[in-house]
Amino acid sequence: MTARGAAEPLVSVRDLRTHFPVSRGLLRRRRGVVRAVDGISLDIAAGETLGLVGESGCGKTTAGRSILRLVEPTSGEVHFDGIDVRALPGEEMRALRRRMQIIFQDPFGSLNPRMTVGATVREGLTIHRIAEGGDADRRVGELLEEVGLRPEYASRYPHEFSGGQRQRVGIARALAVQPQFIVCDEPVSALDVSVQAQVINLLEELQERHTLAYLFIAHDMSVVEHIADRVAVMYLGRIVELATARDLYRAPIMPYTQALMSAVPMPDPVTKRRRIVLAGDLPSPLSPPSGCPFHPRCQHPARDAACAAIVPPLEEKEPGHWAACIKQLPTRITWEEQRAAGGTVEPHRRDLTATA
Amino acid sequence: MATALLSIRDLRTSFITPDGVSRAVDGVSLDIAPHETVGLVGESGCGKSVTALSVLRLIQPPGRIDPASRIEFEGRDLLALREPDLRAIRGNRIAMIFQEPMSSLNPVFTVGDQVAEVLRVHTSTPRGVAWSKAVEMLGTVGIPAPEERAHDYPHQLSGGMRQRVMIAMALMMKPALLIADEPTTALDVTIQAQILELLAELRERVGMSVLLITHDLGVIAEQASRVIVMYAGEVVEEAPVRDLFAAPLHPYTEGLLAAVPRLGGGRGRLAVIPGTVPAPTAWPTGCRFHERCPYAWDRCATEHPPLYQIATGHSARCHLAAEPERRREKHVPMAARDVARQGTTA
Amino acid sequence: MPPDAIAAGPWRRAWRRFRGDGVAVAALVALGAIYLAAILAPALTRYDPIAIPANAQAAAPSAAHLFGTDFAGRDVLSRVLFGARISLAVALLATMCSAVLGGGWGALAGYAGRRTDTILMRIVDAALAMPRVVVLIAVGTFWGAVSPIGLALMIGLTGWFTTSRLVRAAVLSLREQELVVAARALGATRGRILARYILPNVLSLIVVTATLGIADVIMIEAGLGFLGIGVPPPAPSWGGIIRDGFDQLPSQWWMVLLPGLVIVLTVMAFNVVGDGLRDALDPRQLDR
Repeated sequence: MTARGAAEPLVSVRDLRTHFPVSRGLLRRRRGVVRAVDGISLDIAAGETLGLVGESGCGKTTAGRSILRLVEPTSGEVHFDGIDVRALPGEEMRALRRRMQIIFQDPFGSLNPRMTVGATVREGLTIHRIAEGGDADRRVGELLEEVGLRPEYASRYPHEFSGGQRQRVGIARALAVQPQFIVCDEPVSALDVSVQAQVINLLEELQERHTLAYLFIAHDMSVVEHIADRVAVMYLGRIVELATARDLYRAPIMPYTQALMSAVPMPDPVTKRRRIVLAGDLPSPLSPPSGCPFHPRCQHPARDAACAAIVPPLEEKEPGHWAACIKQLPTRITWEEQRAAGGTVEPHRRDLTATA
Repeated sequence: MATALLSIRDLRTSFITPDGVSRAVDGVSLDIAPHETVGLVGESGCGKSVTALSVLRLIQPPGRIDPASRIEFEGRDLLALREPDLRAIRGNRIAMIFQEPMSSLNPVFTVGDQVAEVLRVHTSTPRGVAWSKAVEMLGTVGIPAPEERAHDYPHQLSGGMRQRVMIAMALMMKPALLIADEPTTALDVTIQAQILELLAELRERVGMSVLLITHDLGVIAEQASRVIVMYAGEVVEEAPVRDLFAAPLHPYTEGLLAAVPRLGGGRGRLAVIPGTVPAPTAWPTGCRFHERCPYAWDRCATEHPPLYQIATGHSARCHLAAEPERRREKHVPMAARDVARQGTTA
Repeated sequence: MPPDAIAAGPWRRAWRRFRGDGVAVAALVALGAIYLAAILAPALTRYDPIAIPANAQAAAPSAAHLFGTDFAGRDVLSRVLFGARISLAVALLATMCSAVLGGGWGALAGYAGRRTDTILMRIVDAALAMPRVVVLIAVGTFWGAVSPIGLALMIGLTGWFTTSRLVRAAVLSLREQELVVAARALGATRGRILARYILPNVLSLIVVTATLGIADVIMIEAGLGFLGIGVPPPAPSWGGIIRDGFDQLPSQWWMVLLPGLVIVLTVMAFNVVGDGLRDALDPRQLDR
């Protein structure tokens, strides 16, 4: 799952699942389960950025929070620097949180309106006894400067700042505890284009300076391609494709990824692109389709009944490029198996010249 | 412009706020011809949404449209109309769709009812006929099984479906002008693609003009034939879409285009516009962009630039149009200099 | 960019908004006047509210007796002023008791696990099923003569249930907000989150609920006093005054109407201030 030849990954996730029971009715009986995260596996090396893209309901936000145990996963493994995160008792988990932090999407909801910006940034320092009193104040000033805000702003309240500035405060807050890994949960989605660029640049600079690993969650493909080393595409709780940013954008294997990328409007009126428009809506995570979750909307030429019956595993189709499609060779789901499930078209190797 | 469908001249809309008077729209003029799609692009706070709301006079106190403004539609002065005449135009000749369909749809009525109501408000169509026309319209906008879906309530539909319902309501009376305020911003990218396709198709079919308001330059590039860029309550550049992307004149437009990450653009630092948008309660003197501009010189700080005509259909509010040689003197903008680090503080 | 003005915290800004609401400010001033009058009662009147004067005569309002005298010849206005001391003190104490109890209970229920929440709220549900006034009457009758503190406790201990529900709901929704998730991500203990993130953000809700609740308490105290429960005669309490004058209606109307008017105005003032507070403390305003 890691880039070839890398050392032990900093973050290692295996078959992570987070299911939410849905109870309805008078007696609050369990009516169903929302499989928000349904078996994802990934590795992130120190200093690397793994992008996680997908549309609403795909589970990317839940995945990020599950890895940090801000939402308790239902099953699976999460290892941070060799430590089994899920097995840690409360006190040790809190101590571990120093090393893995999170930045949120909503600059307006993620800061406590009743605490000054300085107090917010200082929280981490106080909780983990990193600095106190005048020392802490100094440190807060340094952090604010590092994210591009004036140290004097420490005594101001969040409501006095713009969205981009609040986002910087959130970044300073996360940096205060000197983490090694930060989950960036759509950190620029709510920002204007020019502000977005500033914050992206800031995140990149900080990554270089402090050797941070990022899990960069976003729905905007262009932003992710820009900042990520490798990218994972999620659909209905599963990873359907995983590759280096370059490979993914040059030659995506999954029809969903192809559709996702062709759907992004390009700021270029001259080049006409062939757009793949998907039919239908995103299915609800409460009642996902059987077999491959994407099959009702898939336009792959080999799609058939086997796709509706068999859940495709995530497999390495090309060196460093993983995809979850039983019609794409190589796959361990044999043709006999597929035929038994109602398949009519044989899987084939991708024709690299035929991509969109 | 020969018989423009919509003609706005010198629109000024302001709001009284505790911090002073906010001049959200400060002298905007634009024309929309029949069958034309005009993109109105800008970031938050530039005044584009307020401009749209002003056209339909949807501005409530403490907001106020300056009586010296002129908004002409199909030859009539919209600002002088009495309420009943204005209501006859809203939803009928000019329709508007918004960013958040959930807050624009009434949660206690079925979508079929809401679409049918548009017809019944503007014509004397009987209930039954209106309902079947509504169902037909829902089908036209791509809602599957419209006869059943028409009985659904807004909360039962997905975001993409709700937006389609809004489009259905907007198009019921075959308006001459559709104002779309960030119609796809809240939608996922694959759904956005569907909606944009739908809009393009319906545009052709109905033959209407569209004022497409958005901050997404990609959407503009795809859909608009002419683009108007707004900044700080004013129009700062206007051009046919190809010219705007190929050769923008205004440094703000240039900056915006450089700041957008593009698919296939690879890594490397994004070009950044330092500083922040000024507050609408205190627009700077001179050119409102000068503090963030990499080309600004002393004239820019004192003299507010008019809209210079550069080529046919291409105008820009920038002194570079008068003194193009200044473009060679690129420097670090003022806004970047008075912070500890360059390129930050928004 | 924030201007170089003095940073204003959420409470200061709320105060500014409240100040802008003319009606609420007027009501607050009225309340201030009433409280002041109660505190300064001995200085404001020369009539003894308790002692029965020599010429025990009921008299209509006049220049000497602004509110007239009651059946025992005592100056009604004096009794109202001194009664205010007891009634308002009871109201304040009872409300504080309810606020603390309800706020704490609700916050705990909202923040602790599902089990604790269910247990705590079922208790509240059961308590809400009891008719409050009837219970108070029963307790009061058994207890006999009650001191003002006892009365306050009685009323306070039976009035916190709705507050707890409101606070619980607010805490439940706060928990999911990202500011709390962020605190958890930093490694904050639950206690810290409760103290620094949850309580400060529900405090305004508690304040508003409490203010609107004082009005209720005054009415209840007056009602109990009217029924003879609570502070025993001859100590004046607002309810007691009304009861004393009740039998003299309708001919000697001043014994009931004028004190009654004072009660109504006080209650109204509390309600108006409470409304004003609610608007000023509106959480949606936290972004301004």
